[in-house]
Amino acid sequence: MSGAAPGGTTRRAWARDPLPWALAALLLLIFGMAQLKPLFAALFPELQRPVYAQDSFWALTVSHLKIVGLSSGFAVLVGVGAGIFATRPSGREFRPLIETVVASGQTFPPVAVLAVAVPVVGFGEAPALIALALYGLLPVLQSTLAGIKSVPPGANEAAEGLGLSPWQRLLHVELPLAAPVILAGVRTSVIINIGTAAIASTVGAKTLGLPIIVGLSGFNTAYVLQGAMLVGLLAVVTDLAFERLGRWQAAV
Amino acid sequence: MIELQHVCKAFNGLPVIDDLSLHIARGEFTVILGSSGSGKSTLLKMMNRLLEHDSGRILFAGEEIRSFRPEAIRRRMGYAIQSVGLFPHWSVEKNIATVPRLLKWPAERVHARVTELMTLLQLDAERYRKRYPHQLSGGQQQRVGVARALAGKPEVLLMDEPFGALDPVTRATLQLEIARIHKALGTTIVLVTHDIDEALSLATSIVLLDHGRIVQSGTPLQMLSNPANDFVTDFFGRNDVGIKLLGLQSVATRLRSGEHAGGEPVHASLSLRDAMSMFLVRRVDRLAVVDGECRALGTINFSDLLDLRP
Repeated sequence: MSGAAPGGTTRRAWARDPLPWALAALLLLIFGMAQLKPLFAALFPELQRPVYAQDSFWALTVSHLKIVGLSSGFAVLVGVGAGIFATRPSGREFRPLIETVVASGQTFPPVAVLAVAVPVVGFGEAPALIALALYGLLPVLQSTLAGIKSVPPGANEAAEGLGLSPWQRLLHVELPLAAPVILAGVRTSVIINIGTAAIASTVGAKTLGLPIIVGLSGFNTAYVLQGAMLVGLLAVVTDLAFERLGRWQAAV
Repeated sequence: MIELQHVCKAFNGLPVIDDLSLHIARGEFTVILGSSGSGKSTLLKMMNRLLEHDSGRILFAGEEIRSFRPEAIRRRMGYAIQSVGLFPHWSVEKNIATVPRLLKWPAERVHARVTELMTLLQLDAERYRKRYPHQLSGGQQQRVGVARALAGKPEVLLMDEPFGALDPVTRATLQLEIARIHKALGTTIVLVTHDIDEALSLATSIVLLDHGRIVQSGTPLQMLSNPANDFVTDFFGRNDVGIKLLGLQSVATRLRSGEHAGGEPVHASLSLRDAMSMFLVRRVDRLAVVDGECRALGTINFSDLLDLRP
């Protein structure tokens, strides 16, 4: 029984793994939306142009991912950096201040930040990047603080008592042990930003939100549907990828 | 090895260590004994600069400890604590190798050292070296903790209530191990505990601490037979001090060689305390004594226990 099981289990496990399926669905929709024209025409017979065609969905996806990548990258660097700083002896006093500032960054709705940023930096990607970076900061910072707090105090005391320098303790003990919690925060932050980036098309950034905005203003429900499906699938694929990353990291 | 001269330490204005002077000689097994709040852990942590003393001098191998980098001095002193503090994301092997790797020993030497220490602490090296801390029992974890503390061939081993969290059986086994290791390696050991029996059975020198001051220091026998004041007497137990004294000496010290007795013999290395228990359990006043190879040595009589010799 055990001899036959491994092959069968792996094959079935592969088939049950949702990530390849979700990724395939996403790619099919990105490159095959035009082929679905008859479907959308049948669903929305009153529309003259049932498939969004002003930009290619591939270009929108790439631009969407670029905005999310840049803003989340910034949020991770600053969030993890601030979290580490706030848990060092030298930065401990700044911790309440850092937490307040970052929390207020998330209190502002991204739309409000976009509206405030446009007069300052103009239309386009810049206001979107500012709003998303601020919005994504809090989950990363909070998870970094929680992750470092979750390190067993005994491990820290032993590390110090055995003669690891503060830098070695951070690199070899604190960060590896905090990593699963930090990764969970990054995952939340990135998923939120994928959804929120769609709004950035209101200020002229090219994202998968563009068909939605155009569809809403032009009463074209098909455009809204196409944009929403892609944003949703992109978030699902990213979330599954993070889950995979978390499992891989736990195994290392 | 370690010399403290008029050391003071206060937390938030409250004195914890009060003008304390102490000399810890090379090769000694010093146990710092005291109730909670007596300052014993603080005293230990000042020796490897986990805590900085406010005034006075602490010398290590003749040099003021502040002349070393904290990391450098800690790598020359092993450190084992009650919570063990193994790194949960590292295997047993990597945990033990912490200090040798910090000292940048070559890989083969680290590997050999890990095997050597696991053997010393009676952990099956091949079976356990790749395991992770959560796969070990509490006693095994502390064995790894002690192995890790010894890995860098430290000149001094500092232990902060290392066996406090273990069950009595495991604790007794590890106490025997550490006594054996002290004899085998001759490492200077400083151990902090509030467990009087642990102190009496392990120490070559006891330092009794109260309110940050040394009340009395000396060998276990001196502490029991010549208490400096009522505090010492009360601390070691006014009523059972006689029993504790018997615990410090072996049957060999009361041996009547050449005499013979019937019944199951006892080992000459047995403590007089356990011998007394034997007398009571077997309801006899005479026991045959044998050596490690079960050769008859003589006898011990119940009345010999009354002969309290230092």
